[in-house]
Amino acid sequence: MKVAITSSGATLQSNVDPRFGRCPYYIIYDTESGSFKAIENKSSLAGGGAGIQAAQNISDMKVEAVITGNVGPNAFRVLSAASIKIYSGATGSIKGAIEKFKKGEYKETAGPDVESHFGMGRK
Amino acid sequence: MIISVASGKGGTGKTTIAVNLALSLSNVQLLDCDVEEPNCHIFIKPVFENKNTVFIPIPQVDSKKCDGCGRCQEFCAYNAIAVVNKEVLIFPELCHGCGSCAYFCPHGAIKETNKDIGIIEIGKSGEIQFIHGKLNIGMMMSPPVIRAVKKHINKKKTVIIDAPPGTSCPVITAINDTDFVILVTEPTPFGLNDLSLAVEVVRKLKIPFGVIINRSDLGNKKTDEYCVRENIPILMRIPFSKKIAEIYSRGDSIIETLPEYRENFQRLFENIKQGKNWLRIK
Repeated sequence: MKVAITSSGATLQSNVDPRFGRCPYYIIYDTESGSFKAIENKSSLAGGGAGIQAAQNISDMKVEAVITGNVGPNAFRVLSAASIKIYSGATGSIKGAIEKFKKGEYKETAGPDVESHFGMGRK
Repeated sequence: MIISVASGKGGTGKTTIAVNLALSLSNVQLLDCDVEEPNCHIFIKPVFENKNTVFIPIPQVDSKKCDGCGRCQEFCAYNAIAVVNKEVLIFPELCHGCGSCAYFCPHGAIKETNKDIGIIEIGKSGEIQFIHGKLNIGMMMSPPVIRAVKKHINKKKTVIIDAPPGTSCPVITAINDTDFVILVTEPTPFGLNDLSLAVEVVRKLKIPFGVIINRSDLGNKKTDEYCVRENIPILMRIPFSKKIAEIYSRGDSIIETLPEYRENFQRLFENIKQGKNWLRIK
């Protein structure tokens, strides 16, 4: 199963980035083989619709689950339509998040947990 | 002649200048293009005669013709479309109504439908013809509403446009194709920073412009120094005055309460019209 984790950097030691659409990297982790690759998030600087575009790209990569800090309504709609499971509320290192995910410690997210534009750094 | 009143920073006094300039002149049209929060009407108290709805075309997918190929998503420059599991998801609030998705759909599966995004209201206040736009709450696409307001420009009149603040699409839509831009600023670090950004925009558009320094006796001298260095004419200075603040807070105009200002605004207009101190475009 391929899992995408929103990441502040390109390694397993990086931290989970709380923003789904505007994180700098996605770590695409394969739970069967234990291998991973880091994908730069081209949507992070999008003028608008970063979450939508990011969710589209994640879906195109045949990812089955997303681990992140928060997910907004537009990204949620796309990920849901793509039947991708969302686990939000993750913090700490990517490595730690993967361990928790494997142990089943994350609960699937039932709906968006932040408003649109959360990842743009405005309060 | 079309004069637009803009600023980088918000709250510098654009509306005050636009309203008082309009009230000081004859044969005038005042257009409030700050459609996200129009407020000229508070000061000139117009009577509205007409109201029009502004629409943009947004895509609608015929699921019988669509095979989920994703071309529309590839062409959408605004991330308003996602295609997952062969299903097209449309996000109307992000759509700019450019029509690319319908144009490039290989199966003719997209037709455009109108979505209303705001209104314009047309009226009168004394001799002034007044038009303003109001973007619907929750909508982000103000330029189509601004364009709808500007469609009513009557070139036989002196046209004053109150532009939105900032330096992005809404401002450019409002000041584009005007003959002169008045940039209103205040002599503070914030004011100067945003003024210099606005100057870059206006220079890019190659529109002659000058600066009005509001609350001119506050802050520091850096704005003056900047204007001298950049060869930008300072058209007018309005001091920080409790009296003017009171007039504003009541929703009145300066020129009706302090009649000496009428002449100042008329002189401002004459100077602009005669091209006095116009910036030479580099």
